[in-house]
Amino acid sequence: MRFLLDTEQRAFAKTLDGMLGSSDTPGTIRSWAAGDAGPGRTLWSRLAEAGVFGLAVPERHEGLGPLPVELSVAFTELGRHAVPGPLVETVAAAALLGRLGDRASAETWLPRIATGAALVSLCAPDTGSPYALDADAADAVFVVEDDTVWRAAGCGPLQRSSDPARRLSRPTGATVLVEGPTVRAATAYATDVAALTTAAQALGLGRALLDHTVAYAAQRTQFKVAIGSFQAVKHRLADVLLALEFAQPLVHSAALALASDAPSARRECAAAKVAAGEAAYAASRTALQVHGALGYTEELDLSLWIRKARALRDAWGTPAACRSLVLAP
Amino acid sequence: MDLDFSTAENTFRAEARAWLSAHVPTSRLPSLETAEGFAAHREWERTLFADQWSVVSWPEEYGGRGASLLQWLIFEEEYYAADAPGRVSQNGINLLAPTLFEHGTPEQRARVLPPMASGDVIWAQAWSEPEAGSDLARLRSTAEHTEGGWRLSGQKTWSSRAAFADRAFGLFRSDPAADKPHRGLTYVMFPLDAPGVTVRPIGRLDGKPAFAELFLDDVFVPDEDVIGEPGEGWRVAMSTAGSERGLTLRSPGRFTAAAERLARLWRDEADPADTALRDRVADAVIGARAYELFAYASVSRIAAGESIGAESSLNKVFWSELDIALHETALDLLGPYGELADDAADAPAHGGWAEGYTFSLAGPIYAGTNEIQRDIIAERLLGLPKGRR
Ligand SMILES: Cc1cc2nc3c(=O)[nH]c(=O)nc-3n(C[C@H](O)[C@H](O)[C@H](O)COP(=O)(O)OP(=O)(O)OC[C@H]3O[C@@H](n4cnc5c(N)ncnc54)[C@H](O)[C@@H]3O)c2cc1C
Repeated sequence: MRFLLDTEQRAFAKTLDGMLGSSDTPGTIRSWAAGDAGPGRTLWSRLAEAGVFGLAVPERHEGLGPLPVELSVAFTELGRHAVPGPLVETVAAAALLGRLGDRASAETWLPRIATGAALVSLCAPDTGSPYALDADAADAVFVVEDDTVWRAAGCGPLQRSSDPARRLSRPTGATVLVEGPTVRAATAYATDVAALTTAAQALGLGRALLDHTVAYAAQRTQFKVAIGSFQAVKHRLADVLLALEFAQPLVHSAALALASDAPSARRECAAAKVAAGEAAYAASRTALQVHGALGYTEELDLSLWIRKARALRDAWGTPAACRSLVLAP
Repeated sequence: MDLDFSTAENTFRAEARAWLSAHVPTSRLPSLETAEGFAAHREWERTLFADQWSVVSWPEEYGGRGASLLQWLIFEEEYYAADAPGRVSQNGINLLAPTLFEHGTPEQRARVLPPMASGDVIWAQAWSEPEAGSDLARLRSTAEHTEGGWRLSGQKTWSSRAAFADRAFGLFRSDPAADKPHRGLTYVMFPLDAPGVTVRPIGRLDGKPAFAELFLDDVFVPDEDVIGEPGEGWRVAMSTAGSERGLTLRSPGRFTAAAERLARLWRDEADPADTALRDRVADAVIGARAYELFAYASVSRIAAGESIGAESSLNKVFWSELDIALHETALDLLGPYGELADDAADAPAHGGWAEGYTFSLAGPIYAGTNEIQRDIIAERLLGLPKGRR
């Protein structure tokens, strides 16, 4: 047993971190929120070149995967830099199409997802949300309901999210792609992939929130000392580290379970989602509190991270839904 | 990255499981915090030792099996899953033994370790003093050098099971003139029945008598019972204190077994409509799994040559809070029966939750309080500035 990322996986994370760190993601996020998808699509192509989307696409469809462990590594970095767009939805759609047994849609969409040419959204009302993320910017929107997969023709009016970079709408005018019993198994797998990548994204988001807040606490002085020397501040930050440190192995083991199609995969993805979602949310609350009024301003780039945490906690399985799955017999 | 066990590890697990299922007492032993339970547990230590299961990770020459850290984790998982008795020798095994392995002489190891492994000598830890708890460096008990040894005087307190134990190890001030409080301390082993030692039992929160206060009045200890260099006691103590907080004190098996019992209890007894309780059960189950996986990651890091330092403070806070959450949730699930002591006639048959709960409440206090651990996490792991102490 070696329950640690290997050298290659760590190098992959580092490469993505470096690339995203030099990409002005705050600017990209703000453009995306304002409805200008240009910079976001440019970044999307660079992520595809680095191999991110290919990880969700089977080799026979010009991908590298499916590789859940590497996907979770990549999504931690995407979360760390709060990259906007239907990232989770695209890889979950790839997971779905890869297992549907529908050759036409797989051959049409999977290679384009792998190369970054297609940005795809996915909506699964059975998991709780009637909205598709970023449908207005997506090249295709898939909807799964019971044992039917639809492709939407368009999307309804945009509903504002509490995270300005998340653009929500209801898919409209669907055409049936596939119907039948294979849909349920493929959907279950795709929603597990969605839960896992959302959890990984939350983990990265939480780490970034913690890092920024620790740096701020060491530098901001009040009462003639750094606020980070106050025990009340220290202990809140220590709690954030604790939550993140113990969520991370859950994310890794969920990815391993998914990679081997283990019967425990569903439960493990749900556990990872609860732990990482709650940890990131706690990180955002602490980040806001420790930054004081500055943290309450939209000008501060950190607000982009703070506002995403709550949305990720609830996307692709609310904490309550995931907790039920953890205890399911 | 993988979570697969090797064939050798699986064989080891099977061997441990078979032995435990053949030897674990079928009825619960009396609490090891009582005189009667202490004796029964000492017998259990001897049973374990007889088949080389008392200290699996030690070298064979001291009664162990030379098991790897991962095998030890596996053994612990099986141990708790089998609901085997608590270990009365844990202070010695978890705290004194690592100190001897790191700082002891070969002579000390040969003399002290085998009777520790067999349960013939049970050890108590004598660190705390009435005025020196979190601020341990303020301790005032003294060790004065004399012909061929040392004379110990002063008072120690909160010493777990010292009321029944045979010997103790602790820190004493050997150089009162040293410039800093943590300088001039010496790490000493001493017998609890030596002339000059008075042991006064103190009842614990649950009324059991196993804590004790120790009064030392000119107690003679030979030179060979000092561990490390005289005056270097602080360094010796701190280099091994991590094991008290980290993995070796609280292996995950204990929490995964408790989480499994809790989940079963929830399925058998709970009202499925009580979603608030369901969420707490789920969180406890998730927490136990997280702790287990975190341990596997730590073992992997150690196997890869990394050392674990202040990270043990993460473990300490996590397991102590998880332990309370597991037990509080179980008591809530039991409703009116949660209040019953384990030996009450109507107590739930699956038992143990009441005593476990009371014991869990001490977790955030001993092995360094969680406030102190959070300071260590913030300062050493996050790099925040030192605050006032
Ligand atoms: C079940 C149990 C078993 C024990 N077994 C042993 C044993 O075998 N041998 C032994 O030597 N000792 C033992 N102890 C004692 C234990 O090590 C001490 O209780 C512990 O170090 C705390 O010291 P204290 O109780 O004096 O509390 P204090 O240090 O007085 O602390 C009281 C409170 O103040 C807080 N506090 C203190 N300083 C700070 C600070 N700088 N910042 C923030 N908060 C602070 C603490 O966190 C705590 O909440 C045991 C204790 C328990 C509960």
